[in-house]
Amino acid sequence: MPKGEIYNRDSFLANIRVKVGGISPEIPVEKPNWSVSPQRNVLRGASQDELVQLLSDQCTQIHTDFFITTVDDLPSKLIEVFGFYEAESIVYSDDSRFSDYGIEQYLIEKKAFKWDNESREKSIEQSEKADIGITFSDITLAESGTVVLLNNPGQGRSVSLLPEKYIAIIPKSSIVKRMTQATDIINQQVKNNETIASSVNFITGPSNSADIEMNLVVGVHGPVRAAYIVIEDR
Amino acid sequence: MPMQISEQGFKNRVEQGIEDDFMRGAVRSAQERLQTNRAIAAEELGDWEDWRTLGQEIRSHTIEHLDYYLHLLSENVSKLGGHVFFAETAEEANQYIKDVAQKKNAKKIAKSKSMVTEEISMNQALEEIGCEVIETDLGEYILQIDDHDPPSHIVAPALHKNKSQIRDVFEEKLGYENTDKPEELALFAREKLRQEFLEADIGITGCNFAVAESGSIALVTNEGNARMVSALPKTQITVMGMERIVPGWEELDIVVSLLTRAAVGQKLTSYITALTGPKLEEEADGPEEFHLVIVDNGRSNILGTEFQEALHCIRCAACINVCPVYRHVGGHAYGSIYPGPIGAVLSPLLGGYDDYEELPYASSLCGACTEVCPVKIPLHEQLIMHRKNMAEEKRTLLAERLVMQSFGKAAESPALFNTATKMAPFLTAPLSKEGKISKGIGPLKNWTDSRDFPEPNRERFRDWFDKRERRKSKNA
Ligand code: SF4
Repeated sequence: MPKGEIYNRDSFLANIRVKVGGISPEIPVEKPNWSVSPQRNVLRGASQDELVQLLSDQCTQIHTDFFITTVDDLPSKLIEVFGFYEAESIVYSDDSRFSDYGIEQYLIEKKAFKWDNESREKSIEQSEKADIGITFSDITLAESGTVVLLNNPGQGRSVSLLPEKYIAIIPKSSIVKRMTQATDIINQQVKNNETIASSVNFITGPSNSADIEMNLVVGVHGPVRAAYIVIEDR
Repeated sequence: MPMQISEQGFKNRVEQGIEDDFMRGAVRSAQERLQTNRAIAAEELGDWEDWRTLGQEIRSHTIEHLDYYLHLLSENVSKLGGHVFFAETAEEANQYIKDVAQKKNAKKIAKSKSMVTEEISMNQALEEIGCEVIETDLGEYILQIDDHDPPSHIVAPALHKNKSQIRDVFEEKLGYENTDKPEELALFAREKLRQEFLEADIGITGCNFAVAESGSIALVTNEGNARMVSALPKTQITVMGMERIVPGWEELDIVVSLLTRAAVGQKLTSYITALTGPKLEEEADGPEEFHLVIVDNGRSNILGTEFQEALHCIRCAACINVCPVYRHVGGHAYGSIYPGPIGAVLSPLLGGYDDYEELPYASSLCGACTEVCPVKIPLHEQLIMHRKNMAEEKRTLLAERLVMQSFGKAAESPALFNTATKMAPFLTAPLSKEGKISKGIGPLKNWTDSRDFPEPNRERFRDWFDKRERRKSKNA
């Protein structure tokens, strides 16, 4: 990708620099050591099982159906959820974990559409039509009940967005305490000069709005329902 | 919509607000709900004061080095192939956005919620060149359909409307035939807007926080519309006020955690979306072209002044949600897209005393706003500074008298006055004896007495005063 253009920067920043007493953009500003770090105290010492329990409790607050299963039972759990959601058409991300966890075969039989990063139009169209979108969670936040997608090219931003229902498959080992642990991972990537995902999505349940008389309406532009399926580690 | 939302005088706006019973009821119940939710969320999190301290430290450090962090941000966005335009004025920002739209031959533009684009009247600018701009946030959509009714709250823009009014607007303008159930109204909007997302040539978003170290833009939303406008259109433009930035991801965690709790009492909103540059070549969806427009529009005049902390604001509206004056008069009375305590501080700074000289008086200086602000902006002290400045400029205090009269009217009803005082017990503290307002002093007197403003935190005030004197002598 060629570099993007930057317009009007010098005069704009010179004006600011005078007012804040800055020196030069070339001299790095040291971040201070913040005097407190309350984010590190949240859920301190919680075990993995406690985090699973917390995630499950949080799901009731965020209007999300919660399931837990083993790797072996994952296909039957999926069938159960599909039935429950009356799902006919399915879209899922291009992610090797689907075959690793032994569910890709079943999805193929179901004529599910696998996100195709070669074809923008087709992938968007299929996602728009699908009843259900499925992705794996990369990092899962117990405190808020959040699935983090570090969208790599195969994942597709639309898979978790356009279908009416969304299912996140959550390997138990992906569950961490809170946003802090997720931003730590991304922060480390930035520090190592790695490219971070072009789109990082923190998804907490289905879409909603309180814009009409402050009444919560679940399901606005994004999915109307959401389910999390936690898989016990092998 | 420009920042100024009404041609009418302040007195009229206040009276209209006070007479609008529905609106006042809506504001009251919304305020109660939001306040309770915020308090519960803060309590649940634990160490709330430490969180606020950290928020304040992060915001002051970032603004003190704003030139450095904006430079870093622009470098990182450019490295990824995104374009960055620094706009000193609203006109420059709009011109650039129009140029992009024309180059792309754009007809339809889908937009997610953004206060700064309201502030610079971006929609009008784009409409002038023949683009259709569609607001996709449910609240903003309702206002747009209703002949551009101005927003009355920075988080819940259509707070002043009830569901039957919304139903009627949908019916009249869009042929809606269902009931006034919020679920049905929202479903209707979902179906209407879905097609627009798919057809839009350009998506425009605001920016809750930019992350300098990685060149990312974080959007904090619930409805999913911001994700739509950043996944589907081939071109994305993000418009940010220049102060909406943090150094890195570690700091992003803190300000987002504060924002979602202070704004709506959620641990996280449904979607926090962090976008870094245009889509990668191997990605199917996402924007092929990404433009970031960084807007000054008067903000730099606030830097280096006693009002610098106003730029720490993370736009959570917690101060609005506790303000007894907002509760009485509603958002439109402020005459600015930024209402409530932060609006009373910010609007005169961005728009000048000529248009907004009454706003610093639209406060009882009870300090409830300062108490709840998640980044500890001393809002009521800033209002006092405004009053002081205006006094020094020998501006008429007629404005003050008018405001106080209008509030007096609201306060004549003991029931209303009680509600207000219950909300903020210290509201009338200087005048009340053992929690009771002595009978001899009429409400009008109470309000007017606020001219002898308290100086709640003398030390801070003195610091400010010294700094100000120093600056004056430097400039002289
Ligand atoms: S001033 Fe503080 S409380 Fe008010 S909107 Fe800004 S951050 Fe929130």
